[in-house]
Amino acid sequence: MGLKIGIPKEIFAGEKRVASVPDVVEKLIKLGFAVAVESGAGDPANFSDESYRAAGAEVIDGAANLWAAADIVFKVRGPSTDEVALMHVGQTLISFVWPAQNPELMQQLAAKQVTVLAIDALPRMLSRAQKMDALTSQAGVTGYRAVIEAANVFGRFFNGQITAAGKVPPAKVFIAGAGVAGLAAIGTAASLGAIVRANDTRAEVADQVVSLGGEFVKVDFVEEGSGGGGYAKVMSEGFQQAQREMYAKQAREVDIIITTALIPGKPAPKLITAEMVKSMKPGSVIVDMAAEQGGNCELTEPGQAVVRHGVTIVGYTDLASRLAKQSSTLYGTNLFRLSEELCKTKDGVIDVNMEDDAIRGLTVIKDGNISWPPPPLKPAAASVAAKPVAAVQKKAQGHGAPSEPMAGNTLAIMFGVAAALFWFVGANAPAAFLGHFTVFVLACFVGYMVVWNVTPALHTPLMSVTNAISSIIAIGALVQIAPPLLTGLPPGSVTGERPDELIRWLSVAAIVLTAINMFGGFAVTQRMLAMFRK
Amino acid sequence: MLFSENLATVAYIGATILFILSLGGLSNPASSRRGNLYGMIGMTIAVVATVFGPRVTPAGIGWIVGAMAVGGSIGIYAARTVQMTQMPELVALMHSLVGLAAVLVGYASYVDPSASASFTAAEKTIHHVEVYIGVLIGAVTLSGSLIAFGKLSARISGTPLILPGKHFLNLAALLLVIFFGAQFLGAHSVTNGMTPLVIMTVIALLFGVHMVMSIGGADMPVVVSMLNSYSGWAAAATGFMLSNDLLIVTGALVGSSGAILSYIMCRAMNRHFLSVIGGGFGTSGGTPAAATSGEPAGEVTPVSAVETAELLRDAKSVVIVPGYGMAVAQAQHTVYEITKLLREKGVNIRFGIHPVAGRMPGHMNVLLAEAKVPYDIVMEMDEINDDFPVTDVCMVIGANDIVNPSAQDDPGSPIAGMPVLEVWKAKTSIVMKRGMASGYAGVDNPLFYKDNNRMLFGDAKKMLDEVLAALKT
Repeated sequence: MGLKIGIPKEIFAGEKRVASVPDVVEKLIKLGFAVAVESGAGDPANFSDESYRAAGAEVIDGAANLWAAADIVFKVRGPSTDEVALMHVGQTLISFVWPAQNPELMQQLAAKQVTVLAIDALPRMLSRAQKMDALTSQAGVTGYRAVIEAANVFGRFFNGQITAAGKVPPAKVFIAGAGVAGLAAIGTAASLGAIVRANDTRAEVADQVVSLGGEFVKVDFVEEGSGGGGYAKVMSEGFQQAQREMYAKQAREVDIIITTALIPGKPAPKLITAEMVKSMKPGSVIVDMAAEQGGNCELTEPGQAVVRHGVTIVGYTDLASRLAKQSSTLYGTNLFRLSEELCKTKDGVIDVNMEDDAIRGLTVIKDGNISWPPPPLKPAAASVAAKPVAAVQKKAQGHGAPSEPMAGNTLAIMFGVAAALFWFVGANAPAAFLGHFTVFVLACFVGYMVVWNVTPALHTPLMSVTNAISSIIAIGALVQIAPPLLTGLPPGSVTGERPDELIRWLSVAAIVLTAINMFGGFAVTQRMLAMFRK
Repeated sequence: MLFSENLATVAYIGATILFILSLGGLSNPASSRRGNLYGMIGMTIAVVATVFGPRVTPAGIGWIVGAMAVGGSIGIYAARTVQMTQMPELVALMHSLVGLAAVLVGYASYVDPSASASFTAAEKTIHHVEVYIGVLIGAVTLSGSLIAFGKLSARISGTPLILPGKHFLNLAALLLVIFFGAQFLGAHSVTNGMTPLVIMTVIALLFGVHMVMSIGGADMPVVVSMLNSYSGWAAAATGFMLSNDLLIVTGALVGSSGAILSYIMCRAMNRHFLSVIGGGFGTSGGTPAAATSGEPAGEVTPVSAVETAELLRDAKSVVIVPGYGMAVAQAQHTVYEITKLLREKGVNIRFGIHPVAGRMPGHMNVLLAEAKVPYDIVMEMDEINDDFPVTDVCMVIGANDIVNPSAQDDPGSPIAGMPVLEVWKAKTSIVMKRGMASGYAGVDNPLFYKDNNRMLFGDAKKMLDEVLAALKT
């Protein structure tokens, strides 16, 4: 049997999630691990001890026993001081840690000579890492729950209805911040039938908002010089002014505001002022998903729902816990995916491979040595590696459109070669040839110009029509079949030298072949083109 | 003789302009039918002006009409009866006819003393060079197209044939051609010159066979387009041989447009033109890289036709990515039925076409057009790639290499850097395949093992029929 994964009960107040669920436990056992669950760990999320047992896990009473038995501990919240005390040398912990915010915890863990993988430190831009991205999976849950909380305290329907009892206008929902949580909220609110508007300082998410059924509200201000692309950057004063005006306007119009705006490592920006709350219709709702970081609304009380100026302001910080069964299942699956990466041999032994970009990023303490923050070198290399791909794709996008001008030196070489060739031809060829040569070269250029912009959909018809046109070679056969004789003798008489019969048969054969091509080619093109319709 | 020398020349100019307009018209669906019409008119003018012009005496007209009638009826019959899925084969076969015609005309011109009677010595040499080159290109086009036809119609295996020292063989062939070219030019009589000419023709034929045999099936679109270009150059060489500007211009038009088309396609595959022509793709560099590729083969998740229908019914946005498998199974009509049904239900359904999907450029567009899929929902790769993250279901029908994520993820993959359709970014992707065989490039596809991917095994037509039936209930 391989290493033992321990799943303790979460002790953080109000935390109902659990780090693994029975379905996932089964899969972990298939990977070769043994799994132990603290008795009652799954209760808040409605997973009984019995269900864990049925999945093949061992149920252990008491946190201390569990921590002592486990080689690897899966947790949701970062460990408390008491929990750290239960750890033993060589143990591995996988949970949320937030190393930047919790330097003391990091020191305590390092002193314990353990290995810690912080699921929040996952390099999210690695596409391979998406399956392990617990921040995303949990944010999706909170976004959904935020809308449900809003609906719970909102006194009306979300969707518009026309009933015998009168007409009901649809609720208007405004969502500030279109990250994962914001997008989940947009989708949920839209599917309940509300009119959804959303805003984000990153203009590129507008399409995603629209795709989920929302309407993107622009800030009426063009941020100058916004080339950096850092999406959490502090915007200019002019922009912020325009943004405040837009929020004030939305506050007067909408029934529900859900805010998700966070700047990593800083208090949440205050987007909704007391003034704006006052201007909202009585009975309106604000759900402040940034409450834990201080809130996007000035009047938010973290962890509580309060009524201010007739507006209910929901500042719950445990939205994911309020959907514990769902969020636990998703989190458990994220950790299972991570286990797969750690245990590629499927023998229940983990290999914390520091060469692997994703695992390197996650590992904040390796055998008691703090390895956080990860070296920026690797992500930088990854982005460099990604760039040529992007460049290649950009190049390919030019397909069907005029190409970019060639590099200067390539062009110079080409001109040089062409000049040399032309000089050679001009110096050696007779005059009669040059006339034909001119025509030839110009025709090549015309062909190039004409074809360059063809749409890919028409490649086949184009090829078939050029094929038909190349049967112009028939002319060559036609002029040979019975040319007027140079000596002026009546046609048909034998000139002695010219093998008339042979040439005629060669020509007739060539005409038959080209005629097949000529008629067939045009007919088949016609047939294809007739099928293209709008 | 209806056309004097001058009238014939003017008619040729008219025909040339019509050909240019024809190619120009073909660059856009709206003007394409008119483009084809221009081509036909141009061809008619050119033929009529020649037949009734100063270079043909009435004695030949009977022969011409007879030959035209025979060839024309064969051509029209073939065009009427060919299946849309067999279009690539037909086009390749037609190229070989042009090549053969160029060879015949070249020989006829060589044995005809009147063709060069009034020439000076230098002109005569040039004429012989032209004959030689014309026959050379014609012969390569002929045999190359026949092999391409064989590969496309699966009469010959699609895997590249790699002879030992193939570059050396090609070089030797080139040297031999030059050597016999010198012999040919040095010959004083037609009889003496005939031997080197015939030997060169045989070498050129072998060269054409070898060239196409060594190119893998996945590169056939490029090859067909390249042979198209060759047939143009053959016509141009014939034009030089006969001092006929119409032939030169038209040949050059076809030749350069074919070359550009091949180039565009190579770029779409992110391959270098010369490396495609060099052949042997996916055999030399591919095997060791595939062995070291990071993604281990994992488990695939099979799905049934009924479940596929469920997924499609619940989706808001669907993208269908067709490949050669759809063409083989003749499934395009069923695809259209499904499309129609889903559109009526308000699903946003679109098609994503990779530039080299199928065995001929634009192959998929032609098939979908045949099935009456409106072309405004048929998107190019660049138009659709950004939309995959917001797509609920992406259905891949008989395509493999063009949806392979290792082109982006695995620098060691033989198809690394080739732009691909990013279907794995859709919420769910469904791949319809007969089995787990790899694509033409012979590369394993990590897409199949992704969590959000489902495999629907079976014949595309049969499976889609079942999906359609399930959707209707």
